[in-house]
Amino acid sequence: MKPHPFRAGIALIMTAACLVSTQSCKPKTAQSAAAGDAERSYVAPGKYDEFYNIVSGGFNGQIGIYGIPSGRLFRIVPVFSVTPESGYGFSEETKPMLNTSHGFVPWDDLHHIALSQTNGEHDGRWAFANGNNTPRLARIDLTTFRTAEILEIPNSAGNHASPFITENSEYVVAATRFSVPLDDQNGDVPINTYKDNFKGSISFISVDQTSGEMNIAFQIRTPGVNFDLSRAGKGKSNGWFFFSCYNSEKANTLLEVNASARDKDFVMAVNWKKAEEYLKAGKAKKQPVKYAHNVFSEKNHTATSTIKTDVLVLDPADCPDMLYLIPCPKSPHGTDVDPTGEYIVASGKLAASIPVFSFTKLQKAIADKAFDGEYDGIPVIKYEAALHGEVQKPGLGPLHTEFDGQGYGYTSMFVSSEIVKWRISDLQVLDRVPTYYSIGHLSIPGGPTAKPHGKYMIAYNKITKDRYLPTGPELTQSAQLYDISGEKMKLLLDFPTTGEPHYAEALPATMIKDKQLKIFKIEENQHPYAAKGEGQTKVERKGNQVHVWMTAIRSHLTPDNIEGVKVGDEVYFHVTNLEQDWDVPHGFAIKGANTAEILIMPGETQTLKWVADKPGIYPFYCTDFCSALHQEMSGYLRVSPQGSNVALLFSTGTNKPATSESPAATGGMD
Amino acid sequence: MNHQVSGTLCPGYCLKENEMKKLSITSRIIIAVATLALCVLFVTPAWSIYLVAPQYPEGLSMQIWLNKITGQVEIINGLNHYIGMKHINESMFPEFRFMVYLLGAYILFGLVVAITGSRKLLMVYIIMAVVAAIAALVDFYMWGYDYGHDLDPTAAIQVPGLSYQPPLIGHKKLLNFDSYSYPDIGGWVMVAATAVFFLIWFIEWRKSKKIIK
Repeated sequence: MKPHPFRAGIALIMTAACLVSTQSCKPKTAQSAAAGDAERSYVAPGKYDEFYNIVSGGFNGQIGIYGIPSGRLFRIVPVFSVTPESGYGFSEETKPMLNTSHGFVPWDDLHHIALSQTNGEHDGRWAFANGNNTPRLARIDLTTFRTAEILEIPNSAGNHASPFITENSEYVVAATRFSVPLDDQNGDVPINTYKDNFKGSISFISVDQTSGEMNIAFQIRTPGVNFDLSRAGKGKSNGWFFFSCYNSEKANTLLEVNASARDKDFVMAVNWKKAEEYLKAGKAKKQPVKYAHNVFSEKNHTATSTIKTDVLVLDPADCPDMLYLIPCPKSPHGTDVDPTGEYIVASGKLAASIPVFSFTKLQKAIADKAFDGEYDGIPVIKYEAALHGEVQKPGLGPLHTEFDGQGYGYTSMFVSSEIVKWRISDLQVLDRVPTYYSIGHLSIPGGPTAKPHGKYMIAYNKITKDRYLPTGPELTQSAQLYDISGEKMKLLLDFPTTGEPHYAEALPATMIKDKQLKIFKIEENQHPYAAKGEGQTKVERKGNQVHVWMTAIRSHLTPDNIEGVKVGDEVYFHVTNLEQDWDVPHGFAIKGANTAEILIMPGETQTLKWVADKPGIYPFYCTDFCSALHQEMSGYLRVSPQGSNVALLFSTGTNKPATSESPAATGGMD
Repeated sequence: MNHQVSGTLCPGYCLKENEMKKLSITSRIIIAVATLALCVLFVTPAWSIYLVAPQYPEGLSMQIWLNKITGQVEIINGLNHYIGMKHINESMFPEFRFMVYLLGAYILFGLVVAITGSRKLLMVYIIMAVVAAIAALVDFYMWGYDYGHDLDPTAAIQVPGLSYQPPLIGHKKLLNFDSYSYPDIGGWVMVAATAVFFLIWFIEWRKSKKIIK
């Protein structure tokens, strides 16, 4: 027999081996076919974005202002973190903003934004933001994009479930992530007495409708659970507030395991209208505490910090019918209320479904007393009695839901890294899109309000990996912009963000664009050290303090030659920007300053404190490029030894060298 | 020619028959080569598991060798502990202690088959290979079953009724991961070699059948 069968057989095996070896190659990862849409996300030069996107900075303690749909970053607004770039937290006027009952705190963790509302819609007045670490609330003025006020919150630790606003901005509400012994209890207890000693706190902060000033109206002392995202009721559910709670196990260690043990945690429903009644009826106890209230005035460009000394606290034991608990699967991360106010969506981050509760059914359950026992004295409502239904198999790790006002909810799924669109009425999942990667929050312009603007949806992700050019081990956080105007969601743009955005809210640009302050009117400047003209500049000594009334105008500083400062003096440079023109800030810096620079807006006065440590000549200059001769906008300060008798001298333009008769002295070296 | 087998002495035909029970030189060389090819299993993995998820664009993989596991096992362990799976490490696989020796013995036996050229031994060899493969797959399935079902009751993520047994071979979706389980280079060489052995046996057997007729 010929050996052909051999050859044939071997050929067969070789081919098989080849085919098989291509099989055992690594399977291609599912690279999305989504290529984005340049046309829909492009904003042409000279044109404007449709929406202002006000984005939390997370661990950078600041707020990023972006344009939608371009995704461009316009500005980083300093809130809780000192910002050497502008002098926020370094200048004498802004340092008090960061004062707390623990002293000066130069940083915080800013997670969430709540824009002020009127009649359930964004009104463009203020943005509120939370400071997680040393519990505080900040209010940002949306005509100047500057932090106008910071209020510390007593009886709090971990101000994460914050801020959330009622439909007419009556209250901005904050709740605690960490339960601790509250400020009136003895805090020096063993940690494992958590179940007995540790309590939570919900704070209702009222907002003055004219000035925006915040004041803690009352607090509610709660059982020791951890609060997470919350929402005010709206429309028919106005008057109620819904808080997601986890760690109903009341664990104090290895929460990863011990706070995930119970099958159901809760959504706490708070009837705040009832709380107001109890407050009026005198049921609240006045508790001595210490917390800081810092307000920045645009009249004198100065912040004032006062320490407040008491707060009103309601105890649920004295206030029946104020709190109710609705069981919610597995460690909920968020509670969201749909635009009609009827549906309350809870996202259990370890759950496999999304429960949607009905406000009507909730009220009926309360009226019928359909309770399933109590938790720490608070009635627990029967799950089915309050449930509208569950969205089945939406994905893995639901976190946060927003709405488009068309009857659809959009929920972020952290574990399966996607957003799921579902219909509220029948709880059907309609569409899903991947996010790159591991989305935390999402936002839709006007999403949490009664009238969402819809159209766009932005995903804020936690993992970036290969989305952009890598920059070493530390990467920017990624965000994606989607078009939700059609039936299916469509990826438009992928853009990097600053800090680590958690939540954001967006409002139409037209709402605030034309209200933006361009300059401060110099005649309205009430700063105690303002020099409203060059004629008002001077240098005065008060003991070992030297105060310099200085002005800045293109392109010189007045005075720019200063002598008579001694070693050990504290020199205060009060710089007034005399410009009354759009976008002409001046900056100020001096050699060796242990502070930073200051940026002064037109018509404003800001103060930089500098300590003279060595004799010598110290240059100072304008740091913000203001004019063609910006480089010439500088001066000198002379520091003499202690005890010297150099007189205090200051001037601009007149301090010329003494003229000599000798021709040889006119220049050159002999 | 008289093809009938009759009684004791039939020198011509009997000689040929004995010859027919022996494999041809070509076959024996191929068998030796294929057997030695199995040595590849000492230096390449036999099996690999790939995990693909949206937040792992770079993919995750784990390679199973005769005596060890390589790949991003630590990352896989880190992820799996949320759902209560055990940490994968070599102590989970007591087989690792002796698989190398088993293969060594097998290769030696293969060389013996090549040297003796016995078709019977070749069949035994093939049967051993098939049995070994089945045993390995069963063993792997049982490990997979235990790994996927014996979950820590205090695990953070618990989806009722769900288990995470990796696929024996092929693709399976486990929560947000697409998992793929296939032989790796060593495994494919083993499959190819066994196929070669079988093909050789078959061809030789057909050849001998033609002679007997």
